[in-house]
Amino acid sequence: MRETFVETATDLLTEDPRTAVVLADISAAAFEPAARRHPDRVVNVGIREQLMVGVAGGLALTGLRPIVHSYAPFLVERAYEQIKLDLDHQDVSAVLVSVGASYDRAAAGRTHLAPADVSLIDTLHGWTVHVPGHPGEVADLLRATVAADGPAYLRLSTQQNGRAHRGDGALRVLRDAGPGAPLLVAVGPVLDAAMAAVADLPVTVAYTHRPRPFDTAGLRALAGSEVILVEPCLAGTSSRVVSAALVDRPHRLLALGVGREDLRRYGAADDHTRWHGLDAAGLRRAVDGFLEPAFVSR
Amino acid sequence: MTTTTATVPRPDVPAPPPGSAPAPPPVPEPVAAPLRRLGAGREFGANVYSTVDVLWVLYDRILRITPDTVDDPDRDRFLLSKGHAVAGYYAVLAAKGFVPGDWLDDQGGPASRLGDHPDRTMVPGVEIGSGSLGHGLGLGVGTALGLRAQGLLTPRTYVLLGDAELDEGSNHEAIAYAGATGLASLSAVVVDNRSATHGWPGDGAAARFTVNGWTAATVDGRDHEALHRALTGHDNHRPHVVVAVVDTQE
Repeated sequence: MRETFVETATDLLTEDPRTAVVLADISAAAFEPAARRHPDRVVNVGIREQLMVGVAGGLALTGLRPIVHSYAPFLVERAYEQIKLDLDHQDVSAVLVSVGASYDRAAAGRTHLAPADVSLIDTLHGWTVHVPGHPGEVADLLRATVAADGPAYLRLSTQQNGRAHRGDGALRVLRDAGPGAPLLVAVGPVLDAAMAAVADLPVTVAYTHRPRPFDTAGLRALAGSEVILVEPCLAGTSSRVVSAALVDRPHRLLALGVGREDLRRYGAADDHTRWHGLDAAGLRRAVDGFLEPAFVSR
Repeated sequence: MTTTTATVPRPDVPAPPPGSAPAPPPVPEPVAAPLRRLGAGREFGANVYSTVDVLWVLYDRILRITPDTVDDPDRDRFLLSKGHAVAGYYAVLAAKGFVPGDWLDDQGGPASRLGDHPDRTMVPGVEIGSGSLGHGLGLGVGTALGLRAQGLLTPRTYVLLGDAELDEGSNHEAIAYAGATGLASLSAVVVDNRSATHGWPGDGAAARFTVNGWTAATVDGRDHEALHRALTGHDNHRPHVVVAVVDTQE
């Protein structure tokens, strides 16, 4: 996904003179050719994330459209007040693009893990958040968010599904178990594991790469009384919007995702997927436990 | 556009009786009435008086911006980073016609556009919303870069900070980067009332900039001619800082 992002952002710099890229050393080498062609619009501030976002705010104040890129914890968590004040409060916006996600570099440890990034962005107003599940989704999303002029966060990851599901982020049904069936919504790269987990269960599976704004109309059209949310970020990241969308309907919600605890374990991303119960077997256990009482009560 | 910069005693407080505390410092004459109107009998903090002279010199003699050009891409940019220095700012903006005088009467009220920290979306001429210290200089660096990237080479970007505000590490990210890249269209103005808790030992606040390749001038923050010279003293090759030293009691 990172390579696709760099290619697309490089193209955008050439196509649209309003576009700028702001970096804090991460991926600077990959943007070197673009920086040579557009020295005034590819800005690498060094290892200075507060300045990276502040500069983006200043560029936007002059009418440019900044794309701001770094590792997720450094982009969103370290510079959160700059996002809140230097962008939102100034009534300007940027497209933030992170890599690293929840635990792409698991062996790097807690400092490089950012399961809470989407939740933090969700404390702000009016943001579009994309969590692509495949490199083939990235180019369209970057182009659309850069063109849209609003605040946007793209969360890129090395975790991915077997194939891309393009589109604008409206819930897309990939398996239909019929009216009233439990609905599983998979966000981004957890789709394949989720599909495998419920392969032999009467569960409808829908996909989105856009947790914000969440497709609440699609959710209402698809949801019965049981909803299962599977997200590659903090467990419960989208519970708030799902609950609000279904406020007038009795329903049960199972929200699966990455736990809050610092596991203090290294290993690979696949290990963390398993430890957080987001592999097919772990998801199946959780779904069985959730659905069992419902089936019994019928 | 230059007007007289004579100063007058602060208007809203009678002269103290002999032997009591000295009178508050004078303010530039055109700012006195709006400041009195804004105060409505309230006592202003020292930070208001420490900043009002440099604000006046900037708006009266330096900045290429008028109420008619607040949206002109080619205008100079003034970013007030120490957003609490707001009374003098609003008074200067009113004196120069950016905001109507009657806005001053209910500053901070439920329907007011003038908060205790400024909001750029609510006040004509205000370039940034500020209040949390340490945000203005990064925004100023981005503004200067954005103007340059669009071929707007005439405007200069000025950012006003306090010496205590320099405690915030974000400033040092901006100072180091602007110096290293020779961001020549950027000026920082540090109002130095020696309020940083642990101080800036050695050669004071200016040394923090010059060690990173900025040019610097340290002047009496009350002396309008000295401020004017310092604020126009950039060499167009490096970023420039003006340290305006004011009384520590201010």
